[in-house]
Amino acid sequence: MRLKYVLSEVAVGLWRNVTMTIAMIITMAVSLTLLGASVLLYLQVNHMREVYYEKVEVTIFLKAQDTTQSQKDVIEADLKQDPLVETYDFETKQEAYDRFREIYANAPDLTDLTKPESLPESFRVKLKNPDSFDAFKEKYQRYVGAEGVDTIVDQKKLVEKVFSVLGSLQTLALIIAIVQGVAALMLVINTIQVAAYSKRREVAVMKLVGASNWFIQAPFVLEAVAAGFIGAVIAYGTLVLAKIYVFDGALEPLTAVLTPVPWFNVHMMLPLLAGAGALVSSITGWFALRFYIRV
Amino acid sequence: MIALEHVTKTYPKAQRPSLNDVSVSIEKGEFVFFIGPSGSGKSTMVKLLLREIQPTKGKILVNNREVGNMRSWRIPNFRRSIGCVFQDFRLLPNRTAYENVAFALEVIGKTQAVARRVVPEVLELVGLGGKEHRYPQELSGGEQQRVAVARAFVNRPLILLADEPTGNLDPDTSIEIMRLLDRINRTGTTVVMVTHDSNIVNQMRRRVVEIEGGKIVRDQPRGVYG
Repeated sequence: MRLKYVLSEVAVGLWRNVTMTIAMIITMAVSLTLLGASVLLYLQVNHMREVYYEKVEVTIFLKAQDTTQSQKDVIEADLKQDPLVETYDFETKQEAYDRFREIYANAPDLTDLTKPESLPESFRVKLKNPDSFDAFKEKYQRYVGAEGVDTIVDQKKLVEKVFSVLGSLQTLALIIAIVQGVAALMLVINTIQVAAYSKRREVAVMKLVGASNWFIQAPFVLEAVAAGFIGAVIAYGTLVLAKIYVFDGALEPLTAVLTPVPWFNVHMMLPLLAGAGALVSSITGWFALRFYIRV
Repeated sequence: MIALEHVTKTYPKAQRPSLNDVSVSIEKGEFVFFIGPSGSGKSTMVKLLLREIQPTKGKILVNNREVGNMRSWRIPNFRRSIGCVFQDFRLLPNRTAYENVAFALEVIGKTQAVARRVVPEVLELVGLGGKEHRYPQELSGGEQQRVAVARAFVNRPLILLADEPTGNLDPDTSIEIMRLLDRINRTGTTVVMVTHDSNIVNQMRRRVVEIEGGKIVRDQPRGVYG
Protein backbone atom coordinates (compact mmCIF):
# COMPACT_ATOMS: atom_id res chain seq x y z
CA MET A 1 0.00 0.00 0.00
CA ARG A 2 2.66 2.44 1.07
CA LEU A 3 4.74 1.65 -1.98
CA LYS A 4 1.72 2.09 -4.22
CA TYR A 5 0.93 5.38 -2.52
CA VAL A 6 4.47 6.66 -2.94
CA LEU A 7 4.73 5.58 -6.59
CA SER A 8 1.41 7.12 -7.56
CA GLU A 9 2.42 10.34 -5.82
CA VAL A 10 5.63 10.36 -7.86
CA ALA A 11 3.78 9.82 -11.14
CA VAL A 12 1.21 12.50 -10.33
CA GLY A 13 3.95 14.89 -9.22
CA LEU A 14 5.97 14.47 -12.41
CA TRP A 15 2.89 14.90 -14.56
CA ARG A 16 1.48 17.92 -12.73
CA ASN A 17 4.54 19.95 -13.58
CA VAL A 18 5.31 18.34 -16.89
CA THR A 19 7.17 21.19 -18.61
CA MET A 20 9.50 21.55 -15.66
CA THR A 21 9.93 17.77 -15.56
CA ILE A 22 10.93 17.72 -19.24
CA ALA A 23 13.36 20.60 -18.76
CA MET A 24 14.87 18.78 -15.80
CA ILE A 25 15.23 15.53 -17.75
CA ILE A 26 16.78 17.26 -20.77
CA THR A 27 19.42 19.16 -18.79
CA MET A 28 20.09 16.05 -16.79
CA ALA A 29 20.49 14.03 -20.01
CA VAL A 30 22.86 16.57 -21.59
CA SER A 31 24.95 16.75 -18.46
CA LEU A 32 25.14 12.98 -18.09
CA THR A 33 25.90 12.46 -21.79
CA LEU A 34 28.89 14.76 -21.51
CA LEU A 35 29.92 13.14 -18.26
CA GLY A 36 29.75 9.75 -19.98
CA ALA A 37 31.66 11.07 -23.00
CA SER A 38 34.29 12.44 -20.69
CA VAL A 39 34.70 9.14 -18.87
CA LEU A 40 34.84 7.26 -22.19
CA LEU A 41 37.52 9.63 -23.48
CA TYR A 42 39.51 9.16 -20.32
CA LEU A 43 39.36 5.37 -20.66
CA GLN A 44 40.19 5.70 -24.33
CA VAL A 45 43.24 7.85 -23.79
CA ASN A 46 44.51 5.45 -21.15
CA HIS A 47 44.00 2.55 -23.49
CA MET A 48 45.69 4.34 -26.35
CA ARG A 49 48.61 5.17 -24.11
CA GLU A 50 49.14 1.49 -23.41
CA VAL A 51 48.85 0.56 -27.06
CA TYR A 52 51.11 3.31 -28.33
CA TYR A 53 53.78 3.12 -25.68
CA GLU A 54 54.14 -0.48 -26.66
CA LYS A 55 54.98 0.68 -30.18
CA VAL A 56 56.74 4.01 -29.84
CA GLU A 57 60.40 4.20 -30.57
CA VAL A 58 63.11 6.74 -30.74
CA THR A 59 64.52 7.41 -34.16
CA ILE A 60 68.05 8.59 -34.82
CA PHE A 61 67.92 10.02 -38.30
CA LEU A 62 71.24 10.06 -40.10
CA LYS A 63 72.07 12.70 -42.61
CA ALA A 64 70.78 11.76 -46.05
CA GLN A 65 74.27 12.29 -47.52
CA ASP A 66 77.83 11.94 -46.35
CA THR A 67 77.45 9.49 -43.55
CA THR A 68 80.33 7.07 -43.39
CA GLN A 69 80.18 3.43 -42.41
CA SER A 70 82.58 4.05 -39.50
CA GLN A 71 80.27 6.70 -38.07
CA LYS A 72 77.42 4.24 -38.22
CA ASP A 73 79.54 1.59 -36.56
CA VAL A 74 80.38 3.90 -33.67
CA ILE A 75 76.73 4.69 -33.02
CA GLU A 76 75.71 1.07 -33.36
CA ALA A 77 78.42 0.00 -30.90
CA ASP A 78 77.08 2.55 -28.44
CA LEU A 79 73.49 1.38 -28.86
CA LYS A 80 74.51 -2.25 -28.45
CA GLN A 81 75.91 -1.74 -24.95
CA ASP A 82 73.50 0.99 -23.82
CA PRO A 83 71.47 -0.04 -20.72
CA LEU A 84 68.61 2.27 -21.76
CA VAL A 85 68.09 0.42 -25.02
CA GLU A 86 65.95 -2.66 -25.31
CA THR A 87 66.26 -3.32 -29.03
CA TYR A 88 67.27 -1.37 -32.08
CA ASP A 89 67.00 -1.71 -35.80
CA PHE A 90 68.85 -0.14 -38.67
CA GLU A 91 66.65 1.15 -41.48
CA THR A 92 68.30 1.47 -44.85
CA LYS A 93 67.38 3.99 -47.50
CA GLN A 94 65.50 1.30 -49.40
CA GLU A 95 63.50 0.27 -46.33
CA ALA A 96 62.71 3.89 -45.58
CA TYR A 97 61.57 4.31 -49.18
CA ASP A 98 59.33 1.21 -48.99
CA ARG A 99 57.77 2.53 -45.85
CA PHE A 100 57.34 5.95 -47.35
CA ARG A 101 55.53 4.45 -50.33
CA GLU A 102 53.32 2.48 -48.04
CA ILE A 103 52.37 5.51 -45.94
CA TYR A 104 51.69 7.71 -48.97
CA ALA A 105 50.24 4.96 -51.14
CA ASN A 106 47.35 7.21 -52.11
CA ALA A 107 49.62 10.05 -53.22
CA PRO A 108 51.48 8.54 -56.20
CA ASP A 109 52.64 11.96 -57.38
CA LEU A 110 54.64 12.36 -54.24
CA THR A 111 56.11 8.86 -54.21
CA ASP A 112 57.02 9.03 -57.88
CA LEU A 113 58.99 12.18 -57.29
CA THR A 114 60.86 10.79 -54.31
CA LYS A 115 63.88 8.58 -54.78
CA PRO A 116 65.32 6.21 -52.18
CA GLU A 117 68.51 8.27 -52.17
CA SER A 118 66.76 11.36 -50.83
CA LEU A 119 65.50 9.58 -47.74
CA PRO A 120 67.65 9.29 -44.61
CA GLU A 121 68.87 6.11 -43.03
CA SER A 122 67.95 5.72 -39.39
CA PHE A 123 68.34 3.72 -36.22
CA ARG A 124 64.96 2.70 -34.80
CA VAL A 125 65.49 2.31 -31.08
CA LYS A 126 63.08 0.81 -28.61
CA LEU A 127 63.79 2.05 -25.11
CA LYS A 128 63.33 -0.12 -22.06
CA ASN A 129 61.41 2.70 -20.47
CA PRO A 130 59.63 5.03 -22.91
CA ASP A 131 60.06 7.89 -20.44
CA SER A 132 63.86 7.78 -20.51
CA PHE A 133 64.07 9.65 -23.78
CA ASP A 134 65.67 12.72 -22.28
CA ALA A 135 68.55 10.73 -20.80
CA PHE A 136 68.93 8.93 -24.09
CA LYS A 137 68.95 12.10 -26.12
CA GLU A 138 71.58 13.69 -23.90
CA LYS A 139 73.91 10.76 -24.49
CA TYR A 140 73.59 10.81 -28.26
CA GLN A 141 73.40 14.56 -28.65
CA ARG A 142 77.15 14.67 -29.27
CA TYR A 143 76.71 12.80 -32.57
CA VAL A 144 74.30 15.37 -33.91
CA GLY A 145 75.88 17.45 -36.64
CA ALA A 146 79.49 16.40 -36.89
CA GLU A 147 79.11 12.66 -36.56
CA GLY A 148 76.55 12.22 -39.32
CA VAL A 149 73.44 12.32 -37.20
CA ASP A 150 70.72 14.70 -38.31
CA THR A 151 68.13 14.63 -35.56
CA ILE A 152 66.90 12.41 -32.75
CA VAL A 153 63.13 12.15 -32.67
CA ASP A 154 60.96 10.78 -29.90
CA GLN A 155 57.71 9.41 -31.28
CA LYS A 156 56.34 9.46 -27.77
CA LYS A 157 56.45 13.25 -27.87
CA LEU A 158 54.35 13.22 -31.05
CA VAL A 159 51.88 10.80 -29.52
CA GLU A 160 51.73 12.92 -26.39
CA LYS A 161 50.52 15.83 -28.50
CA VAL A 162 47.61 13.74 -29.72
CA PHE A 163 46.89 12.71 -26.14
CA SER A 164 46.98 16.25 -24.91
CA VAL A 165 44.42 17.24 -27.56
CA LEU A 166 42.21 14.33 -26.47
CA GLY A 167 42.87 15.26 -22.86
CA SER A 168 41.69 18.82 -23.38
CA LEU A 169 38.60 17.50 -25.15
CA GLN A 170 37.97 15.37 -22.10
CA THR A 171 38.41 18.31 -19.74
CA LEU A 172 36.13 20.43 -21.89
CA ALA A 173 33.43 17.75 -21.86
CA LEU A 174 33.81 17.46 -18.10
CA ILE A 175 33.50 21.22 -17.58
CA ILE A 176 30.36 21.42 -19.71
CA ALA A 177 29.02 18.38 -17.87
CA ILE A 178 29.54 20.14 -14.55
CA VAL A 179 27.98 23.42 -15.71
CA GLN A 180 25.00 21.56 -17.15
CA GLY A 181 24.90 19.48 -14.00
CA VAL A 182 24.62 22.60 -11.86
CA ALA A 183 21.78 23.82 -14.07
CA ALA A 184 20.12 20.43 -13.74
CA LEU A 185 20.41 20.57 -9.95
CA MET A 186 18.87 24.06 -9.85
CA LEU A 187 15.96 22.66 -11.82
CA VAL A 188 15.71 19.74 -9.41
CA ILE A 189 15.55 22.15 -6.47
CA ASN A 190 12.96 24.30 -8.20
CA THR A 191 10.83 21.35 -9.25
CA ILE A 192 10.83 19.97 -5.76
CA GLN A 193 9.89 23.29 -4.23
CA VAL A 194 7.03 23.71 -6.68
CA ALA A 195 5.89 20.17 -5.91
CA ALA A 196 6.13 20.76 -2.17
CA TYR A 197 4.22 24.00 -2.50
CA SER A 198 1.43 22.46 -4.54
CA LYS A 199 1.09 19.78 -1.89
CA ARG A 200 1.52 22.06 1.12
CA ARG A 201 -1.92 21.18 2.52
CA GLU A 202 -1.18 17.47 2.41
CA VAL A 203 2.24 18.05 3.90
CA ALA A 204 0.76 20.12 6.73
CA VAL A 205 -1.76 17.39 7.55
CA MET A 206 0.89 14.69 7.36
CA LYS A 207 3.09 16.56 9.80
CA LEU A 208 0.14 17.12 12.09
CA VAL A 209 -0.88 13.48 12.30
CA GLY A 210 2.71 12.32 12.69
CA ALA A 211 3.68 10.86 9.32
CA SER A 212 7.37 10.00 9.38
CA ASN A 213 9.74 12.38 7.67
CA TRP A 214 10.82 9.91 5.04
CA PHE A 215 7.20 9.22 4.18
CA ILE A 216 6.55 12.91 3.64
CA GLN A 217 9.75 13.46 1.69
CA ALA A 218 10.06 10.24 -0.30
CA PRO A 219 7.60 11.14 -3.09
CA PHE A 220 9.39 14.44 -3.72
CA VAL A 221 12.86 12.95 -3.65
CA LEU A 222 11.77 10.04 -5.85
CA GLU A 223 10.43 12.50 -8.41
CA ALA A 224 13.93 13.90 -8.72
CA VAL A 225 15.45 10.43 -8.77
CA ALA A 226 13.07 9.32 -11.52
CA ALA A 227 14.00 12.36 -13.61
CA GLY A 228 17.69 11.67 -13.01
CA PHE A 229 17.24 8.04 -14.01
CA ILE A 230 15.35 8.88 -17.20
CA GLY A 231 18.04 11.45 -18.01
CA ALA A 232 20.69 8.76 -17.55
CA VAL A 233 18.89 6.35 -19.88
CA ILE A 234 18.66 9.07 -22.54
CA ALA A 235 22.35 9.88 -22.05
CA TYR A 236 23.22 6.20 -22.46
CA GLY A 237 21.15 6.03 -25.63
CA THR A 238 22.98 9.08 -26.96
CA LEU A 239 26.35 7.46 -26.27
CA VAL A 240 25.26 4.26 -28.02
CA LEU A 241 24.19 6.28 -31.05
CA ALA A 242 27.48 8.20 -30.92
CA LYS A 243 29.36 4.90 -30.90
CA ILE A 244 27.39 3.54 -33.87
CA TYR A 245 27.21 6.65 -36.06
CA VAL A 246 30.28 8.65 -35.09
CA PHE A 247 33.06 6.34 -33.90
CA ASP A 248 32.08 3.29 -35.95
CA GLY A 249 30.55 5.47 -38.67
CA ALA A 250 32.00 8.83 -39.62
CA LEU A 251 35.30 8.37 -37.79
CA GLU A 252 35.72 4.76 -38.91
CA PRO A 253 38.81 5.50 -41.10
CA LEU A 254 40.52 6.88 -38.00
CA THR A 255 40.03 3.82 -35.81
CA ALA A 256 43.52 2.65 -36.73
CA VAL A 257 44.83 5.74 -34.99
CA LEU A 258 42.20 6.27 -32.32
CA THR A 259 41.74 2.58 -31.47
CA PRO A 260 38.08 1.44 -31.41
CA VAL A 261 35.86 2.32 -28.45
CA PRO A 262 34.85 -1.03 -26.92
CA TRP A 263 31.12 -1.76 -26.47
CA PHE A 264 31.81 -2.86 -22.95
CA ASN A 265 32.88 0.66 -21.99
CA VAL A 266 29.77 2.15 -23.57
CA HIS A 267 27.47 -0.28 -21.76
CA MET A 268 29.29 0.39 -18.51
CA MET A 269 28.06 3.98 -18.77
CA LEU A 270 24.44 2.96 -18.14
CA PRO A 271 24.87 1.89 -14.50
CA LEU A 272 27.45 4.61 -13.94
CA LEU A 273 25.27 7.44 -15.29
CA ALA A 274 22.08 6.07 -13.75
CA GLY A 275 23.83 5.83 -10.42
CA ALA A 276 25.33 9.30 -10.68
CA GLY A 277 22.04 10.85 -11.88
CA ALA A 278 19.94 9.18 -9.21
CA LEU A 279 22.39 9.76 -6.39
CA VAL A 280 23.06 13.42 -7.13
CA SER A 281 19.39 14.28 -7.65
CA SER A 282 18.29 12.44 -4.52
CA ILE A 283 20.86 14.18 -2.36
CA THR A 284 19.96 17.54 -3.88
CA GLY A 285 16.25 16.85 -3.50
CA TRP A 286 16.68 15.81 0.08
CA PHE A 287 18.65 18.94 0.91
CA ALA A 288 16.12 21.14 -0.88
CA LEU A 289 13.36 19.61 1.24
CA ARG A 290 15.24 20.05 4.47
CA PHE A 291 15.00 23.78 3.93
CA TYR A 292 11.47 23.67 2.60
CA ILE A 293 9.64 21.18 4.77
CA ARG A 294 10.57 21.73 8.36
CA VAL A 295 9.13 19.43 10.99
CA MET B 1 -0.34 13.74 31.43
CA ILE B 2 0.73 17.28 30.51
CA ALA B 3 3.05 19.34 32.67
CA LEU B 4 4.70 22.67 32.01
CA GLU B 5 7.40 23.58 34.50
CA HIS B 6 8.57 27.19 34.52
CA VAL B 7 8.21 27.46 30.78
CA THR B 8 9.32 30.64 29.07
CA LYS B 9 9.11 31.20 25.35
CA THR B 10 10.60 34.28 23.76
CA TYR B 11 10.43 34.47 20.00
CA PRO B 12 13.54 35.71 18.24
CA LYS B 13 13.51 39.51 17.95
CA ALA B 14 10.54 39.78 20.34
CA GLN B 15 10.69 42.42 23.08
CA ARG B 16 8.99 40.40 25.80
CA PRO B 17 8.31 36.69 26.19
CA SER B 18 5.06 35.22 24.84
CA LEU B 19 4.97 32.87 27.80
CA ASN B 20 6.70 33.91 30.98
CA ASP B 21 7.61 31.30 33.61
CA VAL B 22 4.40 29.31 33.18
CA SER B 23 3.76 26.19 35.26
CA VAL B 24 0.62 24.15 34.86
CA SER B 25 -0.25 20.49 35.10
CA ILE B 26 -3.13 18.58 33.54
CA GLU B 27 -4.18 15.13 34.66
CA LYS B 28 -5.25 12.25 32.47
CA GLY B 29 -8.91 12.51 31.43
CA GLU B 30 -9.25 16.20 32.28
CA PHE B 31 -11.09 18.76 30.16
CA VAL B 32 -9.29 22.12 30.31
CA PHE B 33 -10.04 25.48 28.73
CA PHE B 34 -7.21 27.87 28.06
CA ILE B 35 -8.70 31.35 27.75
CA GLY B 36 -7.32 34.80 27.32
CA PRO B 37 -7.27 37.71 24.90
CA SER B 38 -5.49 37.59 21.54
CA GLY B 39 -1.76 37.72 21.94
CA SER B 40 -1.87 36.39 25.48
CA GLY B 41 0.22 33.34 24.62
CA LYS B 42 -2.46 30.67 24.08
CA SER B 43 -1.32 29.76 20.59
CA THR B 44 2.27 29.62 21.75
CA MET B 45 1.10 27.05 24.30
CA VAL B 46 -0.48 24.89 21.57
CA LYS B 47 2.62 25.10 19.41
CA LEU B 48 4.80 24.11 22.34
CA LEU B 49 2.62 21.11 23.16
CA LEU B 50 2.83 19.96 19.53
CA ARG B 51 6.57 20.58 19.48
CA GLU B 52 6.21 22.93 16.54
CA ILE B 53 8.45 25.24 18.54
CA GLN B 54 10.83 24.72 21.44
CA PRO B 55 10.68 26.55 24.79
CA THR B 56 13.37 29.10 25.59
CA LYS B 57 13.45 27.87 29.18
CA GLY B 58 11.69 25.25 31.26
CA LYS B 59 10.44 21.70 30.84
CA ILE B 60 7.43 20.43 28.98
CA LEU B 61 6.18 16.92 29.64
CA VAL B 62 3.53 15.36 27.42
CA ASN B 63 2.55 11.72 27.94
CA ASN B 64 5.59 11.41 30.21
CA ARG B 65 7.86 12.49 27.42
CA GLU B 66 10.11 15.50 27.60
CA VAL B 67 9.04 17.48 24.56
CA GLY B 68 11.32 20.49 24.77
CA ASN B 69 14.55 18.84 23.76
CA MET B 70 13.04 15.94 21.80
CA ARG B 71 15.11 14.84 18.81
CA SER B 72 13.43 15.82 15.57
CA TRP B 73 13.23 12.25 14.29
CA ARG B 74 11.12 11.32 17.31
CA ILE B 75 8.57 14.05 16.70
CA PRO B 76 6.38 12.21 14.17
CA ASN B 77 5.85 9.29 16.52
CA PHE B 78 5.16 11.68 19.40
CA ARG B 79 2.49 13.51 17.40
CA ARG B 80 0.62 10.28 16.79
CA SER B 81 -0.36 10.36 20.44
CA ILE B 82 -1.96 13.80 20.08
CA GLY B 83 -5.05 14.63 18.05
CA CYS B 84 -5.45 18.16 16.78
CA VAL B 85 -8.36 20.33 15.70
CA PHE B 86 -8.12 23.90 14.42
CA GLN B 87 -10.36 26.85 13.74
CA ASP B 88 -9.85 26.50 9.98
CA PHE B 89 -10.52 22.71 9.90
CA ARG B 90 -7.50 21.99 7.65
CA LEU B 91 -9.28 19.41 5.52
CA LEU B 92 -8.00 18.39 2.09
CA PRO B 93 -10.51 19.84 -0.40
CA ASN B 94 -9.97 17.17 -3.05
CA ARG B 95 -10.77 14.29 -0.72
CA THR B 96 -14.08 13.11 0.67
CA ALA B 97 -14.85 13.00 4.39
CA TYR B 98 -13.91 9.31 4.39
CA GLU B 99 -10.71 9.93 2.46
CA ASN B 100 -9.68 12.81 4.70
CA VAL B 101 -9.90 10.60 7.77
CA ALA B 102 -8.35 7.59 6.02
CA PHE B 103 -5.47 9.79 4.82
CA ALA B 104 -4.44 10.40 8.42
CA LEU B 105 -4.23 6.64 8.93
CA GLU B 106 -2.54 5.79 5.66
CA VAL B 107 0.28 8.28 6.04
CA ILE B 108 1.26 6.76 9.36
CA GLY B 109 1.46 3.35 7.74
CA LYS B 110 -1.93 1.81 8.55
CA THR B 111 -3.34 -0.46 5.86
CA GLN B 112 -6.48 0.25 3.88
CA ALA B 113 -8.08 -2.73 5.58
CA VAL B 114 -7.64 -1.00 8.93
CA ALA B 115 -9.02 2.23 7.46
CA ARG B 116 -12.09 0.44 6.08
CA ARG B 117 -12.84 -0.88 9.55
CA VAL B 118 -12.05 2.18 11.66
CA VAL B 119 -13.03 5.18 9.55
CA PRO B 120 -16.82 4.49 9.24
CA GLU B 121 -16.87 3.83 12.96
CA VAL B 122 -15.35 7.18 13.88
CA LEU B 123 -17.46 9.07 11.30
CA GLU B 124 -20.51 7.48 12.92
CA LEU B 125 -19.24 8.60 16.33
CA VAL B 126 -18.96 12.25 15.24
CA GLY B 127 -22.42 12.09 13.70
CA LEU B 128 -21.52 12.00 10.04
CA GLY B 129 -22.92 8.58 9.24
CA GLY B 130 -24.18 8.65 5.64
CA LYS B 131 -22.03 11.62 4.62
CA GLU B 132 -18.77 9.73 4.19
CA HIS B 133 -18.51 10.46 0.49
CA ARG B 134 -19.19 14.18 0.59
CA TYR B 135 -16.39 16.58 -0.22
CA PRO B 136 -15.59 19.34 2.32
CA GLN B 137 -17.24 22.05 0.19
CA GLU B 138 -20.44 19.99 0.20
CA LEU B 139 -20.51 20.01 4.01
CA SER B 140 -21.51 22.78 6.44
CA GLY B 141 -18.90 24.36 8.69
CA GLY B 142 -20.02 22.28 11.65
CA GLU B 143 -19.87 19.11 9.58
CA GLN B 144 -16.40 19.99 8.32
CA GLN B 145 -15.25 20.46 11.89
CA ARG B 146 -16.72 17.06 12.72
CA VAL B 147 -14.61 15.54 9.96
CA ALA B 148 -11.60 17.28 11.47
CA VAL B 149 -12.47 15.89 14.91
CA ALA B 150 -12.90 12.43 13.39
CA ARG B 151 -9.48 12.73 11.79
CA ALA B 152 -7.94 13.85 15.06
CA PHE B 153 -9.59 11.06 17.02
CA VAL B 154 -9.37 8.14 14.58
CA ASN B 155 -5.98 7.15 15.91
CA ARG B 156 -7.36 7.14 19.50
CA PRO B 157 -4.87 9.70 20.82
CA LEU B 158 -4.34 10.19 24.55
CA ILE B 159 -4.72 13.95 24.16
CA LEU B 160 -6.97 16.02 21.95
CA LEU B 161 -5.75 19.59 21.37
CA ALA B 162 -8.41 21.96 20.07
CA ASP B 163 -7.26 25.44 19.01
CA GLU B 164 -10.36 27.66 18.80
CA PRO B 165 -12.42 24.83 17.28
CA THR B 166 -15.61 26.91 17.36
CA GLY B 167 -14.04 30.10 16.10
CA ASN B 168 -15.66 29.83 12.66
CA LEU B 169 -19.00 28.38 13.78
CA ASP B 170 -22.33 29.85 14.87
CA PRO B 171 -23.37 29.37 18.53
CA ASP B 172 -25.70 26.40 17.95
CA THR B 173 -23.16 24.55 15.85
CA SER B 174 -20.50 25.42 18.41
CA ILE B 175 -22.51 23.72 21.11
CA GLU B 176 -22.84 20.59 18.97
CA ILE B 177 -19.08 20.50 18.55
CA MET B 178 -18.66 20.95 22.30
CA ARG B 179 -20.98 18.00 22.93
CA LEU B 180 -18.83 15.98 20.62
CA LEU B 181 -15.62 16.99 22.42
CA ASP B 182 -17.32 16.21 25.72
CA ARG B 183 -18.21 12.74 24.44
CA ILE B 184 -14.63 12.18 23.39
CA ASN B 185 -13.46 13.38 26.82
CA ARG B 186 -15.70 10.77 28.44
CA THR B 187 -13.86 8.00 26.62
CA GLY B 188 -10.86 8.96 28.77
CA THR B 189 -9.16 11.27 26.31
CA THR B 190 -7.61 14.38 27.81
CA VAL B 191 -9.04 17.44 26.04
CA VAL B 192 -7.22 20.77 25.97
CA MET B 193 -9.17 23.53 24.31
CA VAL B 194 -7.99 27.04 23.56
CA THR B 195 -10.86 29.48 23.11
CA HIS B 196 -12.25 32.91 23.74
CA ASP B 197 -15.85 31.84 23.33
CA SER B 198 -17.28 32.91 26.70
CA ASN B 199 -20.69 31.25 26.16
CA ILE B 200 -19.14 27.88 25.77
CA VAL B 201 -16.83 28.20 28.74
CA ASN B 202 -19.69 29.34 30.93
CA GLN B 203 -21.92 26.51 29.79
CA MET B 204 -19.43 23.72 30.16
CA ARG B 205 -18.26 24.51 33.69
CA ARG B 206 -14.91 22.82 33.35
CA ARG B 207 -11.44 23.74 34.52
CA VAL B 208 -10.42 27.16 33.23
CA VAL B 209 -6.86 28.40 32.95
CA GLU B 210 -6.66 32.07 32.06
CA ILE B 211 -3.55 33.49 30.47
CA GLU B 212 -2.76 37.16 30.14
CA GLY B 213 0.46 38.74 28.98
CA GLY B 214 2.21 35.39 28.99
CA LYS B 215 1.33 34.52 32.58
CA ILE B 216 -1.32 32.36 34.17
CA VAL B 217 -3.62 34.72 36.05
CA ARG B 218 -6.34 32.23 37.05
CA ASP B 219 -6.74 28.45 37.35
CA GLN B 220 -10.21 27.37 38.50
CA PRO B 221 -11.56 23.81 38.65
CA ARG B 222 -15.12 24.65 37.49
CA GLY B 223 -14.66 28.12 36.16
CA VAL B 224 -16.46 30.60 33.97
CA TYR B 225 -15.17 33.08 31.42
CA GLY B 226 -13.88 36.15 33.24
